[in-house]
Amino acid sequence: MNSLVRYLGWRTTQSIGVVIAIACINFLILHIAPGDAVDIMAGEAGAGDPEYMEALRKSFGLDQPVHIQLFHYLWNLFQFNLGYSFHYGIPVSELIFDKLPATLLLMVASLLIALLGGIVLGVTASRRPGSIYDTTISLVSLLGYATPLFWLGLMLIVVFSLKLGLLPSNGMYTIGKNYSVWGAALDVLHHLILPAVTLALFFMATYTRIMRAQMLQVFGQEFVRTARSKGISERRVVYRHVLRNAVLPLVSLFGVQVGGVLGGAVVVEVVFGWPGLGRLAFDSIFQRDFNLLMGILFFSSVLVVIVNLLVDFLYALLDPRIEVVA
Amino acid sequence: MTQKPSFLSLLLRNKAAAMGLVVLAVVLLTAIIGPFLYQVDPWAITGQTLLWPGVDPAHPLGTDVLGRDVLSGLISGARISLLIGVSATAASVMVGIVIGGLAGYFRGQVDNVLMRLTEIFQTIPSFIFVIMLVAVFHPSITVVVLSIATVSWPPVARLVRGEFLSLRQRPYVQSCIVVGMGELRIIFTQILPNAMAPIVVTASIMVASAILIEAGLAFLGLQDPNVMSWGAMIGFGRTVLRTAWYLSAIPGIVIFFTVLAISLVGEGLNDALNPRGTGQ
Repeated sequence: MNSLVRYLGWRTTQSIGVVIAIACINFLILHIAPGDAVDIMAGEAGAGDPEYMEALRKSFGLDQPVHIQLFHYLWNLFQFNLGYSFHYGIPVSELIFDKLPATLLLMVASLLIALLGGIVLGVTASRRPGSIYDTTISLVSLLGYATPLFWLGLMLIVVFSLKLGLLPSNGMYTIGKNYSVWGAALDVLHHLILPAVTLALFFMATYTRIMRAQMLQVFGQEFVRTARSKGISERRVVYRHVLRNAVLPLVSLFGVQVGGVLGGAVVVEVVFGWPGLGRLAFDSIFQRDFNLLMGILFFSSVLVVIVNLLVDFLYALLDPRIEVVA
Repeated sequence: MTQKPSFLSLLLRNKAAAMGLVVLAVVLLTAIIGPFLYQVDPWAITGQTLLWPGVDPAHPLGTDVLGRDVLSGLISGARISLLIGVSATAASVMVGIVIGGLAGYFRGQVDNVLMRLTEIFQTIPSFIFVIMLVAVFHPSITVVVLSIATVSWPPVARLVRGEFLSLRQRPYVQSCIVVGMGELRIIFTQILPNAMAPIVVTASIMVASAILIEAGLAFLGLQDPNVMSWGAMIGFGRTVLRTAWYLSAIPGIVIFFTVLAISLVGEGLNDALNPRGTGQ
């Protein structure tokens, strides 16, 4: 237990280092970028009074030497002060936390769909390698790899919203209707189906592949032969013995993929008008609200670090075989 | 060199890879000679708007909201996609080889620092990172290529590092060290050529993902505004999805086949280059 605690402490320290380094990269990009924050603000306001701009630079601390600016930047981030959004005129962190629940809902829903779909498809494919099921499933997962996510979303809209009229294609709620609590939840769920499925297809392909390979690997192990020789039904062998041992790598895969899912969420939210972080990032590009965009990038990087840390902790707890290096 | 015919036949024996090669050749030919065979400006407004495919022989794949020819847009898009896919991959493979090679060859502190750096770049969500880079430095083809390369090199670096770590221990490399061969010479003439096979396989898959990233950027409006690309066409068509879904569907199908073809060729290369290491 002692070594586990030390391992967790070491991983946490390491993660903090990664976060600081990411903040420095952000800062560097802001400084390489043409023009500074004030130029961009003035550009948006359409006013270029030099005295006013100088005063603004001073108030932002832009007249200080670079290393002092970096220090201020890091110190602000440490207090989770991501600065102000020039466009909205409110703190960036407020905007992010306002939009975060919608994105988390979308991510969790698509994760569940992808996990379930990936396990079912992967297990089915692994039971008879080379069969027609296996080939079909491989083809479908190739489809998931090779299709642009936003295009898949648009095509789902064409079929399920425009042609069949079954599912809403835009937003998170039906506007202008007063639902009870349960009615509202169902309404959100109804709006969630298309975007969640679209985002899920993106990583379901990977889950299916990994699951299939893992199952095949576990099938070859001794204890499976023992279980079979005891006369346990094949069904029980597959679900109780093999599946349990094959599913663990999916946990760590989620840690690897969370950044990709966040990126995928941007296009999915734009396609489906889902009011989350991705949509906020997209809007900030065209408002040239770079402080907001930078804040979202930093926040999502921190999210990736935290998820990976949690995955490591979970892994260390779930699998006693994991080597603990402290 | 004597291996070459057997390598090609191995690649072709794999039916899926051969099919991918054919599709890829078609896309490549379209990109190179298409503009000469079909001389229609993808930005030219022909007058008739929202013409469905197959209605007017003058516009075999129809026209868009502004009356621009869809087929000429696809041809222009093939050029852009391949250009960006290949150049972004070339740039990130070079960065990956330098970083991974230094880390794997020198090990110790160098390895430690470079791998930390790689880990940091892998942590930042890559698509959001690309979006920010392109938005901050203003969309142009060069910026798009460099931005995609900035987020794509870490897997190459990790792969190259692993190869270098293992190849460095081989007797033939050790004997080069013993006879006093220079480090740069060992790296470039002894280790790198033997690490090329997995690098080529990874690079081919990276071209596919670079094309997908570019399509995503163009769809969001983050591509050079003077460039007609597949992703941008899907974006233009999105506004009239209800009445003219073919405008979004057609470029998407083309992206799908191109990316699929590249992935199949990549997998075929993998089978042909490491006949033992594939399994299942």
